[in-house]
This record gives sequence, structure tokens and C-alpha cells, in this order.
Amino acid sequence: MPGDSLNVNNKATAQNTYDAIVVGSGISGGWAAKELTEKGLKVLMIERGRMFEHIKDYKTANTDPWDFPHRNRPTVQMKKDHPVLKRDYPLNEETNGLWANEQDAPYVETKRFDWYRGYQLGGRSIMWGRQSYRHSKMDFEANGKEGIAIDWPIRYDEIAPWYSYVERFAGIQGSKEGLEQLPDGEFLPAIELNCVEKDIAAKLKSHYKGNRHMVMGRSANITEARPEQNRSSCQYRNRCWRGCPFGAYFSTQSTTLPAAVKTGNLTLVTDKIVTKLIYDKDSKKARGVEVIDAITNKTYEYFSKVVFLNASAFNSTWVLMNTATDIWPEGLGSTSGELGHNVMDHHFRLGAGGRVEGFDDKYYYGRRPSGIYIPRFRNIGNDKRDYLRGFGYQGGASRDGYNRMVAEMNIGGAYKDLLSEPGDWRISITAFGETLPYHDNKISLSKTVKDKWGLPVLDISAEIKENEKKMRKDMVADAVEMLTNAGVKDVKGYEGDYAMGMGIHEMGTARMGRDPKSSVLNGNNQVWDAKNVFVTDGACMTSASCVNPSLTYMALTARAAEFAVNELKKGNL
Amino acid sequence: MERRELIKRIALLTGGAFVGAELFMSGGCNSAADTVGAAFTPEHIAFLDEVAETILPATGSPGAKAAKVGQFMTVMVNDCYEEKDQKVFKEGMTKLDEACNKVQGVGFMKATPEQRTTFLTALDKEAKEYAGKKKPEEPAHYFTMMKQLTLMGFFTSKEGATQALRYVAVPGRYDGCVDYKKGDKAWAS
Repeated sequence: MPGDSLNVNNKATAQNTYDAIVVGSGISGGWAAKELTEKGLKVLMIERGRMFEHIKDYKTANTDPWDFPHRNRPTVQMKKDHPVLKRDYPLNEETNGLWANEQDAPYVETKRFDWYRGYQLGGRSIMWGRQSYRHSKMDFEANGKEGIAIDWPIRYDEIAPWYSYVERFAGIQGSKEGLEQLPDGEFLPAIELNCVEKDIAAKLKSHYKGNRHMVMGRSANITEARPEQNRSSCQYRNRCWRGCPFGAYFSTQSTTLPAAVKTGNLTLVTDKIVTKLIYDKDSKKARGVEVIDAITNKTYEYFSKVVFLNASAFNSTWVLMNTATDIWPEGLGSTSGELGHNVMDHHFRLGAGGRVEGFDDKYYYGRRPSGIYIPRFRNIGNDKRDYLRGFGYQGGASRDGYNRMVAEMNIGGAYKDLLSEPGDWRISITAFGETLPYHDNKISLSKTVKDKWGLPVLDISAEIKENEKKMRKDMVADAVEMLTNAGVKDVKGYEGDYAMGMGIHEMGTARMGRDPKSSVLNGNNQVWDAKNVFVTDGACMTSASCVNPSLTYMALTARAAEFAVNELKKGNL
Repeated sequence: MERRELIKRIALLTGGAFVGAELFMSGGCNSAADTVGAAFTPEHIAFLDEVAETILPATGSPGAKAAKVGQFMTVMVNDCYEEKDQKVFKEGMTKLDEACNKVQGVGFMKATPEQRTTFLTALDKEAKEYAGKKKPEEPAHYFTMMKQLTLMGFFTSKEGATQALRYVAVPGRYDGCVDYKKGDKAWAS
């Protein structure tokens, strides 16, 4: 490692010592910092990226469309800087600069994996899609029942109160539906479906005899102001990913960080990359972390009783892989043989769309920050498919804009005036499917490629397999069938290219389980081989469900934080 | 992450709506104008303004020229087109003028608004036919490029978004079902 190692004397140790260290400041790191500081612990939160302040640093938050020189399209330099990011929509002028610099921090794709990283304070909590769903009873039971990978060490009932706890604080809008596959939560009033969506929802319900549902996508956007959190209600600009000057969606900056700061117990450092845990083999615990300063390349050590790894799924595992390699060549947690394995994502980019008639006298006002959701219906009850698990759909109905095709009219004043009016109503739905955990979908440390700081980079090798490929046939066919049955015209299915990672829901690589021989973490997110190390981000996931995962990270983090503090009090850590 | 943008794009694809969208979806933004000959001149911009104005003229709302669409086109071609597409676009300006001369007996800049409209209507038809026949690896027709940039440039401009369309920076609420009567303008986003 470059840079000089800091020779820590006792005084420096005392200055660099905390009750707990939280590595990473994204969705789960923010929650860990909030929970631990509120319970009275002195906490150091370490972010590898730059300082990024609420509101002040949201440079494009109030930029009008015409003030983007390329009207939000990527430029040459942006594409050169982001050879991975340019593969999909996240590379744009609105969020330019919020994604990791791929030159500084490359990675190896033994099999293609689109890894979209946010390296700044708040991580991807700034740009996330905000869809927030609970995993269901069946999600926590499926692996065990079907003999896939390993059983989750926890059940829905154990985490349900924690879902409620995080929902109440984060602020999730949505409607209660009473569906077992999509458990209800503590919701703020739901944003409305528009008139076409309401009509299609009713038609689906009637055609499928109450077994298909189209509901408002539950999202972390507040529909009731929270003056106590200094957050205003959603203003329906739908510009969340630029950073919200109203604090209306959940991010570290808007929600968990202010709470942690308020306790007076938080110390925050940025531009510090945690390179490994300092592992003590006698006590079988981590004593702290080693970091490299991203700007000066100097290394430092910080000490604590407890460490929470919330560096994002793959980077938390990367830290474990670099830890205690003198004892375990593959790193802390590798005795299970599962560290780095079982990479998951949600596979998608397929569905259907079509034209809706009969609503030409209806329109909408405002720009919603969410769309519709159709919860999973496959392999539920008596439905049995030739694949396991299922998928849900996200989408929405809207009226065509100026970029529509107008038959017969090519150019001129009448053409322009027609394009200035809304066109046909259309509805489009995109399926998001569960990916099973496969041992050979994995990440490992590259033996040859190093990043800007001389650190070994990750080598990713993952792909969807037969189960997902079979599911994808239904994901298109069911979309076409449902829209057709709901009276939608000109319904067309589509299937776009999907590579793992595009869902930006990377999960697994340090899974929870009941047995140290087959899992990296126990049921409280503790590393089996270092009980004072907790991993509560996407790395811990034992299976993926088909719903967006972030709410589950929040709940698991809050639960683990309470456990950690209780164990500390009991003297067990 | 943000799926709505993706869904919008897919809607475009399935609806087959935005001619030449593939330029932006998969195409590169390649480097500066000087890689394919001379940079755009004020004369080029004036020429492109007139082409754009013919496609989207001033009506009850300002036209493409008032929205400086010619200038916008040059920025996009310089910064966001692959080299081969830059070449097609730039040669296209000459081709357009020559074809106008041939058909109308007068260069585009000197043609009357009626001549321009007649000529570009025919050229648009030609471009659409070409788009239907061309192989995927072949570049788009130059007029497809110009028309696409005109639509995008105009309706996302301040003039287009606030006067041809309706723009509300901070809507403040969402209403999923409001009455619409023919003639009401669409929302800019």
C-alpha cells in the first residue's frame, strides 16, 4: 500500500478511539450512525468519497431543462470518464459527478457486471429510486422450503417491527392492500394513481378475480411535511436524484444524518477509504479499521468496540477480504467458503406497453416521484411455474409528449401546434424478477489490477441462469396478457438487454445464515469470526426477493444496532 | 435507481416515436468538430435556424429560430455525435442546400417559406423511407438528425417549454385526473 503508515502512539490512539465505527454513509450506514448515536455511543462514520452537503451541494436541484447545455444527455467527456455508467440511463447531466470515478476506481469484469457506485457522503441514497417494499413471509422462507442455497436465519415476524420502525422515520408513501406477498407497512398517504391507471387497475382486478393488483409504487417520498425533521412534503417536481432542496425524499443527508448529528455523538470523516479491519486474533474481534486518505494517501488507524460495515454490498465484502489475511488468506469470514459468493441483483428491462383509448378528455397535474406497482403473482397459492420465485412490475400511464410520431404530418405550423398538445395515453410496465443466489456468481480480489491508491480491485463474475431465463419468458408474456385483458390497444412486449448489476440492487457476498460453515454472518448480522463486526448492507442478503431491497437494509441495520448496543452493555462485545 | 427515465425510453422504443433516438441511446458523444473538418460558422447556425424554423415555425408561440435551435444543434453535433454521424450531419447541410436548388431552383436560404416547406416535406418523406430500409449499422439520414435535434432542442428550450408547452418548475401537488380540453397545451417536464 502506498503512503506511509502512521505510527500510532497511545495519545493518538485515545484521540482516534470511538465506541463504534460505521464504514460508509449510504442508506444503511446513515441508519447505523443514527441508531448507534441515539443509543449514546460515540460514533465515527467514515465515508470514502467527498463531503456532500444537504441542499448546498445539490448543484442541479433547481436547474431548468433548458439550462442543461445538452438537455441532460451525456457528453463525450462524461462517456470517457464513465465507460461502465454510459451503458445505461444513469449517465446524464442531472446527476453528473454523483457516480464513482471509474478511472480512479476500476474493477474487472470476468463476466459483465454493471456496477454503479456513488462515492460521496450519502452514497447512492442521493440517487436511489426510492421504491420501498417489505420482503414477505414467503421471501424469508423460500430458500429453506425449496432447498435453495441456505435458509434465512430470521423470519418475517422478527423483522416486521423493524420495518415499521424504519418506515415511520424514513417516511414511506403507499397504500395498504392486505396482500401476503407485499406486506403493508406504516404508510404516509399514497400518491394518486392517474385516471387511466385506476381504470386499468379495476379491469385487472375484475378480469383476474381479485388476484392481480395494480397499486401506487411505495416510495420514500414524504406526502406529509415533517417540520421536526426539517423536511417539506413532496413538491411533485420528480427531480429527486439531483438532491431535494425540500428534503422530501429519504436520503442520508435529509433524514438519518441530521438525527445522528443532533445527538452530539457523531464524528464524520470523508475522503478516507477503509482498507481493512484491524483484527485481534486473541480476542477474535476487530479493534478498529485502517484507512487510507483518498487525497494525501496517508494511512491512519481508528479504534472502536464495534464496527458496522455499510460500504455497499461489494465493498463491505472487499474490506472483509482484505482483513486478517495472515490468518485466513481469503480474509475475515472466508472460513465459510461463501465470502464473495452468491452475488444477486434483480433482472429486468422487459415488459410491455400500449395505447389506451377513452381518456382523451383527461390529463394530470404535477410530476410524481413514483409510478405503479404490480406485486408478484407467480408461484403463489396454487400457481406453479417451471421456475422458482416471481417478479413484480413497475411502470405507469401518461400522455405522449412532443417526441411522438404523428402520421401524415411532417413539418410546419400545424404539426408544431399538434405536438404542443398531449398525445395518446400510453401505459408501460417493466418487470423486476428475483435472481437466485448461485455460489459461482462471485466477486474476488484481482491479483493484477490495482486502483489509484494501489489497492486490489474487485473482479466480478456473475450471470443469470436457467431459472431467471425461464422467468423472463413469463415476465414479457404476462405483461402483454394483462395489458391486453385490461383493454389496452396495440400492446407490444419488449425485451431489452440485461446484464447483472443493471438493477443497481447488488446483493449477497457475505450472507446471513444459521451455520458458520455456510454463512458469513449470523442472524444478527455479526461476522461469525468477529462478533463485534456487523455487516448490514446488501452484502448480508441470503436471497433477493423480487422487491427493491433498500428498506430491508434499513430494517436489518436498525435491528442489528439495537442488538449490538445491548451486547455491549452486557459486556459481550 | 431512477426507473421512470428508463420506462420513458422504453415507451419511446415501443411506440417507435423518437426518430433517431438510437443516436443517443447507444451512440457516443465523440470529440470536437475539428475532427471532421471545419467548426460550425455563424452562417451554418443561421442555415440550421432556418431549417428548424421551417420544421417548427412561429405560430401562436415562438418558433425554433427564436429558441436558438440552430445553435443548439451545433452544440449537440459537436459534443454528442459520433464522428461518422458528425460527418453525415455536416455534409447533410450542403446536400440539403443542393437538393433544394435542384428541386426549387433556389438555394434554401433564398427560398420562400412556401418553397422551404414543400421541399422539406418531401425531404422528410425521403428520410423516413431511408430509415425504413437502412441497415442498423448505417448512419441515420441527415434530415432525420436535423429534425430530431429540432424537436428536442425546441421543446426543451425556454421558449418551447414555457410558451409552446406549459412548464411548472414546482407543481406543489399531484392530481391524477384533471379535465382536458382540446387545445390545452401539454406539460413540459
